[in-house]
Parts: sequence; structure tokens; C-alpha cells
Amino acid sequence: MKKQKELIEEATIMFASDSGGGSQIIGTQMTEASAIAGNDVATLPDYPAEIRAPAGSLAGISGFQLRFSSATIHTPGDICDVLVAMNPAALKVNIDKLKPNGILIVDTDNFAQRNLRLAGYSSNPLEDGSLTQFQVFSIELTRLTREALKETDLTQREVDRCKNFYALGMVCWMYNRTMDYALQWLKEKFATKPQYIEANTLALKAGNIYCEATEQFATSYEIKPAKFASGKYRNIEGNMATALGLVAASQKSGLQLVYGSYPITPASTILHELARYRNFGVKTMQMEDEIAAVGVAIGAAFSGALGATGSSGPGIALKAEAINLAMIVELPIVVCNIQRAGPSTGMPTKTEQADLLQMFYGRNGESPLPVIAASRPSDCFETVYEACRIALKYMTPVIFMSDLYIAFGAEPWLIPQVSDLPPIDVDFPTDTNGFEPYLRDEATLARPWAIPGTPGLEHRIGGLEKADISGNVSYDPDNHEQMVHLRAEKVARIADDIPPTEIFGEPSGELLVLSWGGTYGAVRTAVEHKQAESKSVSHVHLRYLNPLPKEIGDIMKGFKRVLIPELNLGQLRLLIRAEYLVDAVGLNKIQGQPFHVFEVESKIDELLRGDV
Amino acid sequence: MKNRTSSPIPVAVQTLTKQDFTSDQDVRWCPGCGDYSILAQTQRILPDLGIPKEDFVFISGIGCSSRFPYYMNTYGFHTIHGRAPTIAAGVKAANPDLSVWVITGDGDALSIGGNHFIHMMRRNLDINVLLFNNRIYGLTKGQYSPTSEQGKKTYSTPMGSIDNPFNPISLALASGATFVARSLDRDPEHLRNVIKAAFEHKGTSFIEIYQNCNVYNDGAFFMYTEKETKAENTVFLEHGEPLVFGKDSDKGICLNGFKPEVVSLSEGAHSTEELITHDQFAEDRTLAYFLSRMTEVSGLPHPIGIFRSVEHPCYEGMMTEQINTAKERMGEGDLDALLNEGDTWVVE
Repeated sequence: MKKQKELIEEATIMFASDSGGGSQIIGTQMTEASAIAGNDVATLPDYPAEIRAPAGSLAGISGFQLRFSSATIHTPGDICDVLVAMNPAALKVNIDKLKPNGILIVDTDNFAQRNLRLAGYSSNPLEDGSLTQFQVFSIELTRLTREALKETDLTQREVDRCKNFYALGMVCWMYNRTMDYALQWLKEKFATKPQYIEANTLALKAGNIYCEATEQFATSYEIKPAKFASGKYRNIEGNMATALGLVAASQKSGLQLVYGSYPITPASTILHELARYRNFGVKTMQMEDEIAAVGVAIGAAFSGALGATGSSGPGIALKAEAINLAMIVELPIVVCNIQRAGPSTGMPTKTEQADLLQMFYGRNGESPLPVIAASRPSDCFETVYEACRIALKYMTPVIFMSDLYIAFGAEPWLIPQVSDLPPIDVDFPTDTNGFEPYLRDEATLARPWAIPGTPGLEHRIGGLEKADISGNVSYDPDNHEQMVHLRAEKVARIADDIPPTEIFGEPSGELLVLSWGGTYGAVRTAVEHKQAESKSVSHVHLRYLNPLPKEIGDIMKGFKRVLIPELNLGQLRLLIRAEYLVDAVGLNKIQGQPFHVFEVESKIDELLRGDV
Repeated sequence: MKNRTSSPIPVAVQTLTKQDFTSDQDVRWCPGCGDYSILAQTQRILPDLGIPKEDFVFISGIGCSSRFPYYMNTYGFHTIHGRAPTIAAGVKAANPDLSVWVITGDGDALSIGGNHFIHMMRRNLDINVLLFNNRIYGLTKGQYSPTSEQGKKTYSTPMGSIDNPFNPISLALASGATFVARSLDRDPEHLRNVIKAAFEHKGTSFIEIYQNCNVYNDGAFFMYTEKETKAENTVFLEHGEPLVFGKDSDKGICLNGFKPEVVSLSEGAHSTEELITHDQFAEDRTLAYFLSRMTEVSGLPHPIGIFRSVEHPCYEGMMTEQINTAKERMGEGDLDALLNEGDTWVVE
């Protein structure tokens, strides 16, 4: 039969299966293929904390949402064009995300009574008419995969594990994607297990041929490359970009990187990445707990290295006392908080940005620290690099904030030239003449970084309040007050050392949307849409949270209303209201999920209508 | 960072004295505190170790003992309660050329820092750990500590402590420490010698020091430190020597089944050949552990000296090896190449 090829602007696909069923793998492969085809891509992996929840159960469903487009996009999409559901539970969990008339591909071999019951279906949705609003493709994926692999020597269990690649082959056909990169990936992944390379290759190709050969699939789709600034690109996840940013700062400063960490979702992959870079002299130390992990970073900083640690909210809570020590002794470390949904253990595999006040105030005493946040996966590189620059220049711990959504999300990244990265100059004093451990630089208020091994500069530091200049222990009342002010002033002065705030849209008008962190994509897209409707709305996305850019107060004065959308109950809003007495309005969502664009849009509409 | 070999190697330096290691800060321990002696012995022995003053780093936690770094004219870091081992690990890992010392107490190391303590022991960085054990919380004014004997009456335990104490030597050995010793604040020469041996040992060296708190737990160790009773209640461990003790060296320790037993050497019934011979270099920890348990049995002398001293590869050395191996295999890291790793594409 004649196959049609239809040109479309973009598509959003959700792969869903039991965790361990390979949705994350094929989602990643499809992302790579789409990025290399020149599309803009955005991803949203969504998986349970349980490594292998009981097969077929709702709790165990792992999803990977991928959007690719010929236009510039900032989010993985509010709603899906295609859902690949490997069993009834995967269908049940995700069917609400499929748009009307969307394509639903299901493995009918998994829709037996037992699986239906596990998913809580009283009747088979494939037969009871409940899916009529979708284009349902009922495929015997299990049987077809077994058929394709019948010549191999694998056990049935091993054969069934190749089903995901059968599905990937189908989706590659549907969107005219090359399978070359997936084949190359298989060769590297299973270098020592050639039987798996062969089996998955067979499955991948069989899935592709199935679509080509059967009448069921009449149309494939083509998505032209997106328009990107010229340059060299790669696809990158947030945590990978964070790891690379730390290495880049280490290389540009000439300091060895010592990264102490304790495994925690969603920060662990930074540790995994950095552990691969021993040839850069990177020393990763997996420690006995979160406190030891930050302790290592502080010790390394005392020795003159770039010390860093990474965790998520619960781990950062444990580190708080040590971070405060680094604050008062004024040693440079970078603390990465890859936020997840709290409180307490909360929802470890879901996103949220409710640690902002913890980062500002979660330590005893007056403890000002610079706080900066990345906005999207690729931005993690530049933002953590900036965290290192500030830490080393101002001799202070710096909090770098990311969140699970951008840590695990991926997008194309215009690879920077190393020579274009801002220089990071570090000076270790050696002159004993007039040396005082807390004699400050007049401009930055940074103290000298005299490191052990330097003759004549022996000195003691510690968590007790110290006398100005000499650093000796001091209980003098006036000195304490002065030191508290000095440490605050040092952080405040960083506001003079940051780039001007970009206003997206007009510098004044009806509504300013002010956001920070991983909500960038949804907020920016919503504002773009509203601006396209000629609505008077502008957007400022903050990287620098402490100190805030100096012009923020004036920018807000140019707008009648200020909307602050956050995945918390209004933490930035609290800070903004306290600092500027601005009656900012919140859009707050606490569901462990990122904003949908339409949610932000409808709030903007509501405010512009004057409903609230 | 200076490019030296990976461990502190004695080099010719100008002759230093105790005075060089004394800071300008007033020492603020209670008059008569055992800490003074430990400070003095440390300051006396450091000049003999043959490494430059600027390469010493003293790191402490919280507690009376942890004020120690302020009094040493070296690099020092008074950190937070229980965490000195973690900061020391970072200092040493970042710069293996430094001579790193952890100063801690029974509360700091074994209560709030207990987790770090055991992991420090197994990790085996080349650092030296002096644990001032006074079996009491001094700085917080007299609560029982994790080494206080059961039944101890303190402000927090008016009817007596119902906790079982730790045995620091047993704990260190069980955690895999490669150098484990005990010394006494009131035996300066022994203390200096043990500190020197700890310094010379490559790997984590742990010394428990019986230290008198004359305010809140006065005399806790007098039985083992004072002239009248010391000889009868301690046995000094010497490698290759039988366990002989007593004022007239007339007693020994021999094995009775799996138990240590005191025998008299003066009555002709027993000879030194029957006694346990100390072997501090034994790879197997069993003997050292056995000796560490003697303090748990009343009537047995407390062993003083080096329980165990074995050479294992150091953490920081293995880290350096991995870095060198990675550089051999992949070449010195190239940032441009790293950023351009993986599948890339060019937009014109």
C-alpha cells in the first residue's frame, strides 16, 4: 500500500511501562535521534522511587515524555500526541495525558485478566469502548518480539526484555528517525554481551519493518529541523551539565575539584558523572553520610582545592551545620541542591522547588549565603560555573539550586568554547608581611586564602566568632555585631558583580511574571503565547536569588501586577514581598509535577482580566 | 600547591623547637587538666619529626580537647562537633603532602561523631588521631560520656548511667584501623614515643589517651597513671615481648582457653615462655582485639602501648594511582574534548 508522509511542526510522545521495562532507555534513544535530526527537544522522565515495583502495578509505572519540534520549545509539552503503553497500568496512569484523537499504541498481549485487575480495570478498555476518542493501535508486541527473536538462543525472559526496542523501532518509523544511533548505543552498551546486541537489533528492525509492512500504519510524520543559533550542539541533561560545569570551573581556575557526596535522588548522577573524570584530576569521594560529604568539601577548600558537594533537600538539611561552618570561616565551597518534592523524604522522584527558604534561612544565626538557581538543563552548566566563580572570588559557600525536573530533563546545548568561559583567578598569598587571616579585600570583602603548606602563614580558623582581621577567638559584643554585618555586606556586594536582568517583553505594562529555577520553560512559553495575543505581559526569570539583582525593585514598579509562579506555596513571593513591599500574586502548585503551560496562561489571563 | 611526594617525608629543615609550635593564644583549660600534658608532649615531639612547620594541620571538633589547634602555631581548624574526621579527610585527600592530625575527645569521636570515627578507621587516610578520653563531658559541665562506666552518677544521670560504654580500642580495631595505641597523659615519655610512632605509621593512626579531667571526673585513671598503683594495673605492650607486669615484673598474662589470665612468675609455677607474646605487626587483628578486651575484665591490667601497626595502602595514595592510571589510559583531561563528547551536530 502507499504510505503517506505528513509534515508536522512538533510531536510529544510518552513511553510508559513497568519500571525496568526500558521506557527510560528508548525515550533517551528517541531524544538523541530527534536532537541529532535537528529538532529542538525537551524531556520529562517520570518514574517511581521503587526500583522494581510489582510488575503490572500502578505504583511501578515508569514514564518518559519527549517533545520534539521544528520550533524553539521550552517544555516537554502539556499533552501527548502519542502514548506507548506496555500494559494496562501504563495505560491507566497516563491516558489522561493523551490528547483527543491521539495515537495510542498498546501491547495487547499484556492485557490479560490479571494485568487488568492489577491496574484496577473492571473491564478491558480495549474492548469496552472507553478509548474511542483515540486512534488505538492494538499490537501483539510480546508475540511479535518473540517471533522476531525466535532464532536467538535467549531465554523467553530475555527475549521479552527486548520489547522496548520493538516499540522504539515502530516509533522511529512513525517519525522518520534513523535507527543508527540506537544501534551504535546497543553496540557500546552490550560490548561484552553480543547476544543482546543481536537480539535488540532484531527487535528494533522488526518493529520498524512491521510499521512499513502493515496497513495499520498508513502515515508517517516528518518534523523539520528547528532554527538554532549556529554552532555545535549536543543533547544534555541537567545533572550532566552540572558535572561538566564543575569540571570546567576546576580547569579554568587551575584548582583540583574535590566532590564529596552521599547517594541521593536526584543528585547522584552528578557524582556518577564526576567519578568518570579522574583524568582531569577530579577527586570524587563517596562518603559515609551527607555531613561527611560536605566536610570533605570544606577540608579540600581549606587545602586550596575547589570543594563541592551535592545533594537534595533532606541531605542539605543534614549538611546545614557544616555549611554554616564554611560560612563563618569563609571558605569557598559549592553546595548543589537538586530539589525534589518534600517535606521529609517526600516524593524522591518528583520535582518541586520548595527548598528556597531552607537555602536562605535553614541555618542557625545570621548566615547569609549567595543562592543561585539554574533554569533549564543546559543552563546548569553556566549557573554552577558561576557558583564556583562567586565562591572563589568572595571566599564563601555558594548554594547552587537545580531540581529534579531539569536535572533529569534533556535539551540541545550549544557547546561553549572553553576560551569564552569567564576567567576564574585564584590567588594564594605567600607574603608573610602584614598577613592577617581575616584582613579583607577592600572591594569584595573576601579574606585571603592562605593554604597549609605556605611557610609563615600558619593560622587557625574555626566556628567560634572571630576577631575582625586577626581571626582570633572573640566574644567581644561589638566585634560580633561588626562581623555579622561584614559577612552580610560581603554577600550583598555580589549584586554589583552580576549581569543586568533581562526583561522578556516590554519594560513596563500590566503584568510582570517573575519566576526562578526549573519553571522557566513553562513560564516563558506561556508569556510568549500571551505576548503573541498582544497581551501586556513581560517575564523576568531570576538566576540570582541572593543577592537579588539591584534593579528588581525598579523593574517591578513598571508593572501594575506581579505574578510569581512557583512549585511551592510562595517562597520567592514571601521574600519579594518582604524586601520590596510589593503585593505580588502567586501561582502555586505542589503536585510533584512541573507547571503545564496552560496553567500559567490561565493565571495570566485571570490577572489581566482583573478577576483577582 | 607544592609538588612533593605523596607522604610527608622528612627533609632537612631548620631546627625547630617546642616554642616554634606554641601559638600566641592563652591556653584556657582548667588548671591541672590532663590536656596540658598532651599539648606539651605534642609540641615537644613535632620538632623531631623532620617536616616543616607549615605542613602540619591540626583539626578538631568540639569539646575541651578540641581547643587544642588554637594553641598550636601550625595551620589549624576548629570545626564542628564530631566532624573533624570528615574535614581532615578533605584536607588530606586534596593535599597528601600535609601532615594531618585530628584532635578529639570521647564525646566528640564516639558519640556525635561515631559514624565518622568508624569510617575514618576503615578508610585509612594517612592521618593521626589523638582521642583524649576522660570518660566525661567537660565543656558542657559534667554529663556522662560514651566511655563512662555504667552506673556513673553525673548531672544527667543522678541515679547512675544505664548506658554501656564503648571500648575505643576495640571499636577502632573492629573498624579496621591499621595503627591502634593507648597512652597516658601522665606518662610524658611514653606519650611522646607513641605519638612519634603514630606519625611514622602510614595510614590512619589512632591513639586513645587516658586523660584526667580534674574538675568533673578527677582520678578516673589514677589507678593506671599514678606511681603507687600503675605497675600493678597496667601492662606495657612491647612487640615480641611477653606480657609481663607488676612492680617487680612478677606477673604475666597467659591464655586460659580463650580468656586472659594473670599468673605469678615469682612462685616458680609459671615462666615467661607460657605468656602471651605481643605481636603488633600481625596482619590478623585477633590478638590485638583480644588484648583490647582485657580492660573489660576486672582484675586484669590495662594494656598500654601499640596494639596494632600494619601497613595497608592509603586512601589518598590509591586515589592518586587512579588519577595516574586514568591519565595514562585517556590522556590528561582536555576540557574542550570533554564538552564535545558524545553525539554532536552542527547548525550552520
